[in-house]
Amino acid sequence: MSANLLSIRNVGKRFGGLHVLQDVSFEVPAGSIYGLIGPNGAGKTTVFNLITGLLEPTAGHIDFQGDSLVGLEPHRITHKGIARTFQNIRIFKEMDLLENVMVGMHDHLDYGGFGLFFNSPACRAAEKRARERARELLSWVGLDKKADMLADNLSYGDQRKLEFARALATEPKLLLLDEPVAGMNPSEKTILMEEINNIRNRGYGVFMIEHDMRFVMGLCDRIAVLNFGRIIAEGTPDEVRTNPDVIEAYLGKEDE
Amino acid sequence: MLEQQLLNALTLGSVYALFALGFTLVFGVLAVINLSHGAVFMVGSYVALALITHLQASLWVAMLGAMLASGIVGLLVDMLILKPLRARNAPHLIPMIATIGVGIMLTSAAQGLFGAEVLRFPEETLPAGEFVIGDVHVRALEIAIVAIAFLLMAVLFVALKRTQLGRALRAIAESPKAAWLLGINVEGLFHITSFAAAALGGIAGVLIGLNFNAITPFMGQPMLHKGIAVIILGGMGDIRGALIGGLFLGFAEVISKAYLSSQMGDAVAFGLLFLILLVRPSGLFGRKLERKA
Amino acid sequence: MEWLTANFGDFWSTYSTLVFSVGVHAMLALSIWLTLSCGLLSLANAAFMGIGAYVSALLTLNLGWSFPAVLLAGGVAPAAVALLIGAPVLRLSGVYLAMATLAFGEVVRITVLNLEITGGPEGLNGIPLSTEGWHIALLLALTIYGLARLRRSKVGRAFEAIKEDEVAARLMGINVDRYKLLAFTLGGFIAGVAGALNAHFTFFISPREYGFENAVDILTMAVLGGVSDLIGPMLGAAILTLLPELLRSLHDFRSLVNGAVLVLVVLFLPKGIWEPRRIRAWFQRMIGGRA
Repeated sequence: MSANLLSIRNVGKRFGGLHVLQDVSFEVPAGSIYGLIGPNGAGKTTVFNLITGLLEPTAGHIDFQGDSLVGLEPHRITHKGIARTFQNIRIFKEMDLLENVMVGMHDHLDYGGFGLFFNSPACRAAEKRARERARELLSWVGLDKKADMLADNLSYGDQRKLEFARALATEPKLLLLDEPVAGMNPSEKTILMEEINNIRNRGYGVFMIEHDMRFVMGLCDRIAVLNFGRIIAEGTPDEVRTNPDVIEAYLGKEDE
Repeated sequence: MLEQQLLNALTLGSVYALFALGFTLVFGVLAVINLSHGAVFMVGSYVALALITHLQASLWVAMLGAMLASGIVGLLVDMLILKPLRARNAPHLIPMIATIGVGIMLTSAAQGLFGAEVLRFPEETLPAGEFVIGDVHVRALEIAIVAIAFLLMAVLFVALKRTQLGRALRAIAESPKAAWLLGINVEGLFHITSFAAAALGGIAGVLIGLNFNAITPFMGQPMLHKGIAVIILGGMGDIRGALIGGLFLGFAEVISKAYLSSQMGDAVAFGLLFLILLVRPSGLFGRKLERKA
Repeated sequence: MEWLTANFGDFWSTYSTLVFSVGVHAMLALSIWLTLSCGLLSLANAAFMGIGAYVSALLTLNLGWSFPAVLLAGGVAPAAVALLIGAPVLRLSGVYLAMATLAFGEVVRITVLNLEITGGPEGLNGIPLSTEGWHIALLLALTIYGLARLRRSKVGRAFEAIKEDEVAARLMGINVDRYKLLAFTLGGFIAGVAGALNAHFTFFISPREYGFENAVDILTMAVLGGVSDLIGPMLGAAILTLLPELLRSLHDFRSLVNGAVLVLVVLFLPKGIWEPRRIRAWFQRMIGGRA
């Protein structure tokens, strides 16, 4: 379990003359929950966009299980086992919940055009398996009763859960969560915290961006702190909490 | 004769530019591809013709009337169709589809009212006279067309660059929301833009009608396609690009018709356009004026 | 019974072309539905139809190919063109894609207009009337079946996902470019087959039938009917094919109605006439009201 799932080394990202990220390095171990925190505009979501292939780094290496991700298209990276959720939820609103989750299984439905057209037994079986698996994932996040509802009609919290289930449907080894508790009330946060713990215990790696300090500190095994595009601290929650740079750059201001 | 061809090219090109200016203005400000612009162009030429033949109006009055009438058509399209679509935040291709419908309606109405046959301005209304410079025959009509086209374009440029109105329009082109927050009457300016753009389209219709002395209900369609070619050449929403693009198309068309087959000239223009879209969607001459659609 | 067959014979001799047209237009509307279901507004379908019509007619007239073979070729030819231009064209989105496909349509039309083999502006005359009602019925049924299968599979879900949010679709592991190309090419194939069928019952084809107006007509069918499912486009095709017949008395004003329909639908029925969810809700209200 000590092997590193994701390794980011000396990564930089420049937009025009603006250095959004500089010399960013950290490792996300398998079977753990890793947190990335930092003030607004520190470049956290950019890190996610680089990992998932929506952006390409201008410098450095991003490796997943020893393979480089740089230059791969997003769908290939998903195929390798990375899934993510978005800060501003991006579910498919015109589809029902079940379909949303089944979209996530796209890669794992391997029937061809021929089987599809003639509705071959293999195709039928694959679709049936996918539907069952989708229901299972929806029940994990407590949405199985709403499986036939249009995603657009879900509450905000439920939409986050759906996005979760959809990300899990891609069968990731590493799950990237971009501010998973944004806009949630304390009881929802507690439930989500349990769920994320469950997910880790099922063997996924979890890497999250989060503003909510209590949530991050209570959940993560390790935390990296990003400020003005640079990593200023990295370690266990206790180490980070007591790091003077972090207190000055981030926590101090946040408590005001 | 190259000089004669160049003169033809300048005449055509200046009208293309005038037509495309209105087209690109609407795209720049309202972010709508207004596919009824070709039909509005046709409406302009019929209005002028009707004023001349039925009310014995002078050519100048007819031109003003045509601008006014087509401007009102543009205004109505904005108020009755585009505004409700804006209000419900319709996806950006929806207004374009609606304007296709408007184009069909106007074309069909003209066909019903005036018939499908080619109509002509009475000979005596056309500016007569011809100069001969060297080997080149210059018709007074052509001079008038080029002069009117450039005059109107100059007015538009100055209005956009120097006036408060122009500044407000440019602010909207950047971001309607920000402009609204700055206290600019965005809806009002959308109406003004639609009116002005359609008026320019209408006068372009009169000028083309005069140049070839032929008016049909279907004259808007090829013009629309040329307008599309121009604003893609020039960069969509780019005012200066429309001017250069219009002149460029005029020259490309005349030259390729002179040296290739007459029909293949069009294919060359559209083939070129197709390639430009693939290689450089922001246009050949245009700076990129992009707004999140 | 005799009376019935006699009258049917009359009806058929008068209206068979119209019924054939409804079928062919339904296929065209479905072909544009395919690209629309993937979020692409392509105005190339009339050109694809034209390529199918000309390729099939030329193969019939010049090489004497059998009818099934020319139908297949009529589909394959535009599909091949779509495949070829698809990769660069489909990088464009929104209005740029619409404009590029419109320009492509013009290039095709003007090329056909100027080639000798296609008969130039006069078009091709004397195409054998090989198309029979059951050909159209069968191919339309196959198209419906195939698209219905597609819709209920991972491919249909991928299309819908791309339409709603391309970035999210990519991150679900969907190869967006490939699926767009699939929709574009398959749409070209269906439009081409429709064109081949059409060419073999109208006796005569000319470049005029495959221009911008026709691309717009095809789009109008889909927009009018609605693209929520397969029924919408076919309903739109049927209405817009029959409407001009019903409006014969309007003469030159006939297409005014087409334009007005397009505007009114866009304004007041944004999802088209056939919107299953709305119809279901309306139906339930009716039943609820009675109880």
